[in-house]
Amino acid sequence: MAQLPLSEQDMLVDRGAGFITRAEELAYELKVEQVMTRDVKTVTPRTLIIDVLNLFREARISGAPVVDQDRLVGVISIEDLIRALRDSGRSELRASVSDYMTTRLVTVNVYDSIIEALKLFAKTKLGRLLVVDRAGRLAGIITKGDITRGLLNALQRDIETEELKRYRASHLFEDIISDRTSLILRYHIAPRDFINGGAASSNIKRALLRLGANPQLARRCGVAVYEAEMNLIIHATNGGDIEVEIEPHQIVIHVTDDGPGIEDIEQAMQPGFSTAPPEIRELGFGAGMGLQNIKRSVDELNIESTPARPRLIMKPKRGREEWELSREPAPGQGTRLTMKFFLQADQSLERHSSTGRESAE
Amino acid sequence: MRLADVLNIVQARFFLPDSVQSPSPSVLNRELRVGGSADLMSDVLCYDMSQGLLITGLINPQTVRTAEMVDVAAILIVRGKTPPPETIRTAWEAGIPLLGTQMTMFEACGRLYMANLPSAVRFAGAPPPDCTAH
Repeated sequence: MAQLPLSEQDMLVDRGAGFITRAEELAYELKVEQVMTRDVKTVTPRTLIIDVLNLFREARISGAPVVDQDRLVGVISIEDLIRALRDSGRSELRASVSDYMTTRLVTVNVYDSIIEALKLFAKTKLGRLLVVDRAGRLAGIITKGDITRGLLNALQRDIETEELKRYRASHLFEDIISDRTSLILRYHIAPRDFINGGAASSNIKRALLRLGANPQLARRCGVAVYEAEMNLIIHATNGGDIEVEIEPHQIVIHVTDDGPGIEDIEQAMQPGFSTAPPEIRELGFGAGMGLQNIKRSVDELNIESTPARPRLIMKPKRGREEWELSREPAPGQGTRLTMKFFLQADQSLERHSSTGRESAE
Repeated sequence: MRLADVLNIVQARFFLPDSVQSPSPSVLNRELRVGGSADLMSDVLCYDMSQGLLITGLINPQTVRTAEMVDVAAILIVRGKTPPPETIRTAWEAGIPLLGTQMTMFEACGRLYMANLPSAVRFAGAPPPDCTAH
């Protein structure tokens, strides 16, 4: 059998086979410009060594880029100053930067990942790297300290973003006081929209997790509403609506459509019964397990459906002596599926009533 | 078994959106609890696939949505199929790694099982396994 040639990703697998932390991962994601120091003290080639010494002392820095009319020409560090002092004492402090600066520049680009900077630090043993923009002009400097700070901030943000969303949402039910508080989420599902099919279920599941629902409950709701959403897409003529009513102790999901209705609900509940056309089956649906999967996931299920019914239409002909009879089915008036989930006391979305949750935090 | 092991065992590669150069390295360490294969999405929902590897020949976006509902850890597409961009994007947004192999479903499953990836267990109360025979 033909096998895929080894791609770059495969090689990454070998290199990345060891344990990779989130911090290391961030080193690939964060760009140099996100962590570098922008406000950089610079000197010119003509600045006197004595002035550089004073600058370093006052600004508490140990190095500075040398810039000549916007052009980055070198870097001068405390080591260069020591060299100048050792050379011939005080007189050399009158020398200019150009005599002692390092012109071999080690730079990184603003758009490089900080992993590139880390590699350069390891290779060159330098304490700081010059950062240049796309035009090669000095944009800032980066030190290992900048990287550590940047990584810590990013890790913190990472945690905070989802935590914050979760925190805000999970306090909803205890912060808002009423006799009976509920949160209603509504989604319209377009017919035959297989591209976005499942997006509503995905959002509902995420919302429940943010509200503090336990993962098992979120999964059960997800499975049930997903099967119902796919039913709307496959069967309902005009699509339909999903309404999720969330209360601290129960979740009720209504799925309604004005489609053809279900002819025989008991038959539809039989495993394997399906009216889905072949093209739907090719997509992996219509196996006749949808309602079964819903039944298994919910605590209570209610299906109301008004399918097409036979209808006799009578019209009088000429002076009402004869009648024209026709039979045509009255159109179905759709299906309403109500799925209920009851939350145990220790799963409640209202944290006051949940002693287990409080102690877990 | 980690996702990195799956890449080696079935010679798989990642499907990524055009804007993404390489998968985030931490996904390679993602631990897979079980494996399960199906070309019927309702079948997937009958098994406890949480933190598992879904092996399938289906490439439409619903594959990802289905996987998301049951907390699948990664999806492996078999038979060398290339999923359409919307499937790749959906997977990326859902944070579910999407992999592809040239191997058949049979070979991919066989190799992974032999490498000690256990089979997913059917949920109690799930519809009978033969219900698709109708």
